[in-house]
Amino acid sequence: MTTNIKDWYKSGAPWIWLVAGAVSVSLLMVFGVLALTAARGLTYFWPATVVQLEYQTADGPAQRLVGEIQDSEEVPAARVTGAGVQLPDDSPAVVRHLLKTGNRDIFGSDFRWILQPFVVSREAPSDLVVIERREWGNFYGYLVSVKENGALVAEGDEAWSAFQTHAAATAELHQRIKQIEKDAIGDVNYAIEQLRLTTRGLELEGELTPAAQADIEQQHAVLSEEFAALERELNELYQEIERNSYVVETMDGRQVELPFSKVVRAFKPNSMSLLQKVGHYFEKLWEFVSDEPREANTEGGIFPAIFGTVLMVMLMSIIVTPLGVIAAVYLREYAKQGFITRLIRIAVNNLAGVPSIVYGLFGLGFFVYFLGGTLDQLFYPEALPAPTFGTGGIIWASLTLSILTLPVVIVATEEGLSRIPRAIREGSLALGATKAETLWRTVIPMASPAIMTGLILAVARAAGEVAPLMLVGVVKLAPSLPLDSNAPFLHLDRKFMHLGFHIYDVGFQSPNVEAARPLVYATALLLVVVIMVLNLAAITIRNHLREKYRNLES
Amino acid sequence: MSGPNRGQPALRLDKEETALQVSNLNLYYGTSHALKGITMVIPKNRVTAFIGPSGCGKSTLLRCFNRMNDLIDNVRVTGEITLDGQNIFDRSVNVATLRRRVGMVFQKPNPFPKSIYENVAYGLRIQGVRNRRVIDEAVERALRGAGLWEEVKDRLSQSGLGLSGGQQQRLVIARAIAIEPEILLLDEPASALDPISTLKIEELIHELKENYTIVIVTHNMQQAARVSDYTAFMYLGDLIEYRDTDTLFTNPRKKQTEDYITGRYG
Repeated sequence: MTTNIKDWYKSGAPWIWLVAGAVSVSLLMVFGVLALTAARGLTYFWPATVVQLEYQTADGPAQRLVGEIQDSEEVPAARVTGAGVQLPDDSPAVVRHLLKTGNRDIFGSDFRWILQPFVVSREAPSDLVVIERREWGNFYGYLVSVKENGALVAEGDEAWSAFQTHAAATAELHQRIKQIEKDAIGDVNYAIEQLRLTTRGLELEGELTPAAQADIEQQHAVLSEEFAALERELNELYQEIERNSYVVETMDGRQVELPFSKVVRAFKPNSMSLLQKVGHYFEKLWEFVSDEPREANTEGGIFPAIFGTVLMVMLMSIIVTPLGVIAAVYLREYAKQGFITRLIRIAVNNLAGVPSIVYGLFGLGFFVYFLGGTLDQLFYPEALPAPTFGTGGIIWASLTLSILTLPVVIVATEEGLSRIPRAIREGSLALGATKAETLWRTVIPMASPAIMTGLILAVARAAGEVAPLMLVGVVKLAPSLPLDSNAPFLHLDRKFMHLGFHIYDVGFQSPNVEAARPLVYATALLLVVVIMVLNLAAITIRNHLREKYRNLES
Repeated sequence: MSGPNRGQPALRLDKEETALQVSNLNLYYGTSHALKGITMVIPKNRVTAFIGPSGCGKSTLLRCFNRMNDLIDNVRVTGEITLDGQNIFDRSVNVATLRRRVGMVFQKPNPFPKSIYENVAYGLRIQGVRNRRVIDEAVERALRGAGLWEEVKDRLSQSGLGLSGGQQQRLVIARAIAIEPEILLLDEPASALDPISTLKIEELIHELKENYTIVIVTHNMQQAARVSDYTAFMYLGDLIEYRDTDTLFTNPRKKQTEDYITGRYG
């Protein structure tokens, strides 16, 4: 027996089990994280059944409750009785549900806990309506009637179709208002601001001649005219959108009149077919990835955050690659190998271990205040005291992350350069190429897969970094994307939104954390997906390069 | 043994035109003295072979001719090598220009991971040639010169790494002659190849002799006898004996040479 165990031990089998086990545990953890975020995040978009409950506590009156049951848990009965609630029986534990009743404008909060023993009856009436609104969260209840300009137009069974027609018309109006506010008025405002800055610039240089001033004033007049016209149009639209309203009945029987202007969409989850639910699901999912956030980021989409994250990572890559490659080429190819280069290598490797918030502070102090402040004084004096580059912006965030990821790129590139066979370099030199030509035409292209490996690691690290970004340009809600139709199109000085920060913001800083929790998971999942897509793109490029510059040995 | 010039009057070094003149060349790797006072003439448009046991300095001497030893740290050279009356170790000599005039082929085929065409065009592109037609012609001429044209003319755009070892070595030779050097240094060009490829390379050396001065380092004495006009035997950094190949192999003057070519050591 002992010899058997000894043989088994000597055969290396336990070792194989150990390493295979370690790999399995790692894989399980990765998939576990993905599965958890997916399960928590993706179910959020499914139209859940809305229930109506008869609720009768021991001492209170009978109540009608309407809402979505979001969570159920078992708690010790002692805890409930300790809070002064009399339970009907003596069971040691009691089930309680978290009911999302919505209607924050009417009840003051979105959620309430209810105890299972007091639930008298539970049903899911098919005419229950869920209305997603631009303010105050969801509405749950019954539709009573639709009013046009205060006059009743539909009631009872007809109300639903009338509601849908009006909601669609309102959505269209809303779209137009948004377009005018964001694009048209935004452009005019931008032009007026540019004009103001030009005036101020000329003033500072003492070249504001009467002719120039007259010219500017004329342009200003034209723009003001445009602005006024747009404002008139906007006012009309606002009047139109505010005209119609609907009456709904809440769970406690109150009838409330609400404006259509705040409706995003309405649906009756209990009477939807599976196909309709699937359709609704993907509509919501699409809204999530393509739309802007509403209600302090707790509703709507996260497109600006996706855009900001991707743009920042790309800018970072564009900055860090040449910088890292040049540094690595110098260290490996030109610098005399000795004490100093060893010292530099140690320093570079240590940089990789510096906590990222330290980079954030450095970015704030050096890039934002020093570089940005200097740039402002040199090139944007007309805008002062309002900072242009002297405040957080996407370029500073990208630069900060470039420094953060520089060590990875340097180390990977050096590794790649050291693996280029000597024979290849000599072959090139023997043809009369100088060292620089050899590097440029042969060595660096052959090292490009290694450079890409460095970049992949850099992207993975940069895309997930949040802490330093909070200091150098990420905001909760950016008024506009860093890329738009106003010259120079790419506004590197603008603040931006970021998925990682969005998770933090929605999860911890939101006024309505409970309601936004599923969104946190969905955003986290999306962040992982974005990083994966960026990485896959880089890996594809690397594999392509590898194929192209396959080494002699391989 | 029979040299390439059998039946012709014996070759004499002092009657040849000079391609390279080596005078009292010493080379040190750190403290070790690798080449000891070498003085010799490399004749123009002939094949000169360096033979000798491993570590005798024959490759080191070859690599002096295009200053490839510059790449190694801790190398110190004294003495002179003159090319057209100019000492190639002179400060004013541009190494890149020197290497264009003195091409080199290495022991292991080292094509670049580029297409066959780009491999051959590499030297021209380095020289700044942009004209597509000029490059096309040079590539074809070089590949024909290296006896590779017929085999690769339909797949010039494919990777040079896809060729066999022998083809790769001829590709590298084509790459070297595409920039039309005056001297071609071959550092054991056939040692990594099979016998058939070796034969092809040897035939190629015969043809290239018309236009180029060739210096070849080889381990293989039969090869030296087959391809070279002159042979230098080196031993431990000394040039022991240097004369026309026929005489060296049939009637060596030095005891060491005789011992080596009869296989007593090395």
